[in-house]
Order: sequence, then C-alpha cells, then structure tokens
Amino acid sequence: MNNRKLKKYSPIFLGPMLIAFTAVFIVPFAMGLYLSLCKFTTVDNAVFTGFENFKAAFTDQNFLNALWFTVKFTVVSVVTVNVIAFFLALLLTRGMRGSNLFRTVFFMPNLIGGIVLGYIWNLILNGVLGTMGVDITYSASYGFWGLVILMNWQMIGYMMVIYIAGIQSIPGSLIEAAHIDGASGFQTLKSIIMPMIMPSVTICTFLTLSNSFKLFDQNLALTNGAPNRETAMMALDIYNTFYGSVGQQGVGQAKAVIFAVIVALIAWIQLKITRSREEQM
Amino acid sequence: MRRQKSLVTVLIYILLAALALVFIAPIIIVAFNSFKNKLYIMSAPFEFPNSMTFEGGNYLRGIVNSGFFGKSITSLLTGFSDAWSTAVNGLSSIGAFGRSLFITVFSVLLILLCASMCAWYINRSNSRFCRLFYYILVFSMVVPFQMVMYTMTSTVAKLSLNNPVGIIFVYLGFGAGLSVFMYSGFVKSVPIEIEEAAMIDGCNPLQTFFRVVFPVLKPITVTVAILETMWIWNDYLLPYLVLGSKFKTIPVAVQLAMQGAYGSVDWGSFMAMLVLAIIPIIIFYLFGQKYIIEGVIAGAVKG
Repeated sequence: MNNRKLKKYSPIFLGPMLIAFTAVFIVPFAMGLYLSLCKFTTVDNAVFTGFENFKAAFTDQNFLNALWFTVKFTVVSVVTVNVIAFFLALLLTRGMRGSNLFRTVFFMPNLIGGIVLGYIWNLILNGVLGTMGVDITYSASYGFWGLVILMNWQMIGYMMVIYIAGIQSIPGSLIEAAHIDGASGFQTLKSIIMPMIMPSVTICTFLTLSNSFKLFDQNLALTNGAPNRETAMMALDIYNTFYGSVGQQGVGQAKAVIFAVIVALIAWIQLKITRSREEQM
Repeated sequence: MRRQKSLVTVLIYILLAALALVFIAPIIIVAFNSFKNKLYIMSAPFEFPNSMTFEGGNYLRGIVNSGFFGKSITSLLTGFSDAWSTAVNGLSSIGAFGRSLFITVFSVLLILLCASMCAWYINRSNSRFCRLFYYILVFSMVVPFQMVMYTMTSTVAKLSLNNPVGIIFVYLGFGAGLSVFMYSGFVKSVPIEIEEAAMIDGCNPLQTFFRVVFPVLKPITVTVAILETMWIWNDYLLPYLVLGSKFKTIPVAVQLAMQGAYGSVDWGSFMAMLVLAIIPIIIFYLFGQKYIIEGVIAGAVKG
C-alpha cells in the first residue's frame, strides 16, 4: 500500500472517531484524574487539595460497606451463574430435540435492560416477601439475595451459550474414543470436557466478574441501596456521592478512580491468565 | 439399558421445562399484572386478572404519563425536513419510544461507519500514532463509566451535545473501544492483495475501502451492530446524565416514572410501561435470534 497516498486520507478515516473519542473519553478521563485531587462542585471551581479525597473515601463507612457488599455479591454471583450455566450447557449439548428452543428461552432475559429487569424482579420479590408481611427493603440480606437471583436470571443464558459453543467445539472423536475405552460419563466430563473448555471458563468467569462488579442499573431499580444504603454497590455509592450530596464531588471522583483501578486490575489478571494459557498451547 | 436412558431423557426434559418456566414466568407475571387495577397489583401480584380486578386503561395511562409515544408522528417528520434546530425541537415531542429508536439506529450506523474506517486505517497505516490511538481505545474498554461520568457530562454540555442529536456523537466516542477492537481483529484476516489490486486499477483509498474492503467486513459488521444495539437501547445512566428528563429514552422514562412518584406509584400504568419496554426487545430477538446469539458469543470470545 502506498503509505503517503493513504496518509492524505487520514482526516476522513480517523478524524470523526478521534474527535468523538477525545471529546467524550480522553479529555474527561484526564480531567477526572486531576479532579480526584481537588475539591470542587463544578469542574470550573476546582481547588487542588492533594490526597484529601482519597483519605475521605477510605474512611467513608458507606464506601467501605459498598466495597464489601460488592465483593460478596460478585463472588456469590460468579459461582452460581457459572455452575448453573455450565450444567445447563451440558444438558443442552446431548443432542436432544428441542435443545435450541430451550437455549432461546434461557438466553432471552439477557436482552432486557437493567432498569426494566430490576423492576420486574421488584414486583416478583416483593410479591413473595409480601406473603410474610415484609418487602425487599426490610433487610440487607433480602436485597443481597434479590440481586443474586436477578443476576442469575440475567447472566445464566449468556454464559450458557458461551459454554455450549465451547463444548460443541470439542472434536466428537475425542469423546467417542473415551467412550470406547470404557470411560463413564463422569470420567469423560472430568478428563475430557472440563480441560477442553477451560478457555470458555476463563472468559465466562471474567465476564461475570466484571459485570457483577460494575452492576449499577439493576441495583438502582431493585433496592436503590435500601435499607439505609446497606445494599448499595460501588457504582451506586459513587453515583450517590456525586449527585446525592453537596460538595462531595471530589470524594466521588476519588472513589471512581479507586473503582477504576480495581476493575483494571481484574482485567489485567484476566489478560495474564489468557496469555499464559496461549503460550502453553 | 435403553429404557433407563429414555427415563433419564424424560427427567432432563422435565427439569428443563421447569427451568424454562422459571425463566419466562417473571415476564408473564408482569404481562398479566398490566391488565389489573393498580390496587390489586402489589397486594396480589400472582393472581390472574378477573372481572373484579381487570383494568384495560393501564396502557393508555402508561403511554400518556410517561410520554412513551409522541403527540404525533408529524412533528417528527417536520422536524427532519427543517434545519438542525428544528430537528432537535422535533425530537422533544416524538416520545421515549421514537427517541430511543432514533438514537439507537443512528448511533449504531455512525459507529459502524467510523469504526470500520478507523480500524482499517489503523491496520494499514501502522504508524506510531495509530498504534498509540489503538492502545488507548482498547484501554477505554476497561475503564468503568463512573470514572468519566461527571467530567464527561459537563464537557458534553459545554459542547452543546446534550440533545438527542448530539448524543449520537457521544455514543460514537463511547462505542469506539469495542467496535474498533472487533473490526481490527477482523481486518487483520482480510487479504491485502485484493486491496492492492483495486489500488492498481486506480481506486483511491476511499473507493478501495467502500467497494472492496467494507463488503468483506460484513460478518463482523453484523456482530458489532448487535452488540452496540443491545448496549445503546438498554443504556440508562448515560442518556439520563446527558439528556436529563427533558428528552427521555425508554429506560429513563421507566426509571423516572418510579423515581418521580415518591412512593405513590401508579402500578397499573407502570406495569404497562414495562410490557411496552419489553415488546420491542422480544420482536428484535425473534427476528434476529441466530445472529444475536452468535454475535454475543463472538463478542465475548474476542472481548
């Protein structure tokens, strides 16, 4: 390719994306980093205060609660979603008739947005809890398990289709050979299917991990932190700090930086694991 | 042995059917509650509507109160035929449904166009600047929205992009990471020979791209289109912060109907709104099911 000829066209090919991306991401990101070290109420009246905001963030009981709640929620969701999704994928790859219909049904909730999902489950869970004379805001553990159920409902189908694709890519001859050698169903699962779908397991684990960790819409619609901010996850706590209290924007921005660092760390670990596996192959 | 196997199959079918019911039930429960009087929804959500509890007016109230549909489609049409400002004004009266549709369709089209061009250029030029730009784009996929939401909102307001037309440009920037990344992976597999042949035949880079490269990118275009559509259609926080309650999209209309009611929610019309919000998604899913599932798998594996 004639590089000089190509270069003349760079404003057309790169221009729009570069301008849009700079305006809505690069500039706000840089501003956000700086503002996390400032006290401000709008972006124009920032006063540099050093690490005061970070100190405030780490001593904010709401934030620490949110961090702990988010970690607990993420661990429980990752385990339940992946175990159930994998189990369903095994059932749906046995070549039974109607498997595709079940796949369609299980995947559907994934398309519905978080706000609508949250209110659907608000109705259902409050209906069930109402028979006991309470509702979802009665105790933080109700909100916790409500969010776990909602997350399972939304994510199981998504993870299931990835596991199905992983299982279907295993050469049939491998499973057949194990069968001829007299392996039981469980042995085939343990020694052939499990090792072969480890890449899918990595993908699904990190997808559920980052989706659970960054959950916002569902949290807002289902509990909105009630009771007493005890069920607010990190994203919601940051939102409340920014928009729910006066003069706390700097602390909100500092919390957002901490949040971003944790999320980036998760992504970095995923990259390391994926890379090391590729090298082994 | 055979008998035992068929028994296992029957048991699996029963288990799957029960689970399928659990998966569909919440939507069905919302659907029949949307036909009940608002007083009988929270008190008995699992009862079917009967002659005493039935109410047909929920949908009308749901549509009117939330501004789900616009006052008339004509205002949309006149809005388009006129200049930029009338287009923006027209969009304030098209209702949440039309606005969501408008924003989603045009944002996705713009993302597909710009991202494919951008990804192709980055790969073919391979300059240091392009590589840096690519790394920052990939990095942006990792950064949570909360990190930039406050500063982005004020920047967008200063640039006067806080309207239904301007938000398309905002989505272009936020959609850049995933879309360029996905296109880039695909462009690497496109044989460079066909492009060189087109260049020798006298095509300039633009003609080469649109006549030769873009048609080859079709599979990844479908995947990116599906992923971005699902994201933008369901997105809540970004349109709420950028557009506010003046230009409500569907998720914003749903949230504000609840948030703005301060406890005295009209559950009847609210249920109707939920159903109206779900119907377009189900129609979309029924028509494009195969592509959607494949697209989501491709997106997950590459992302």
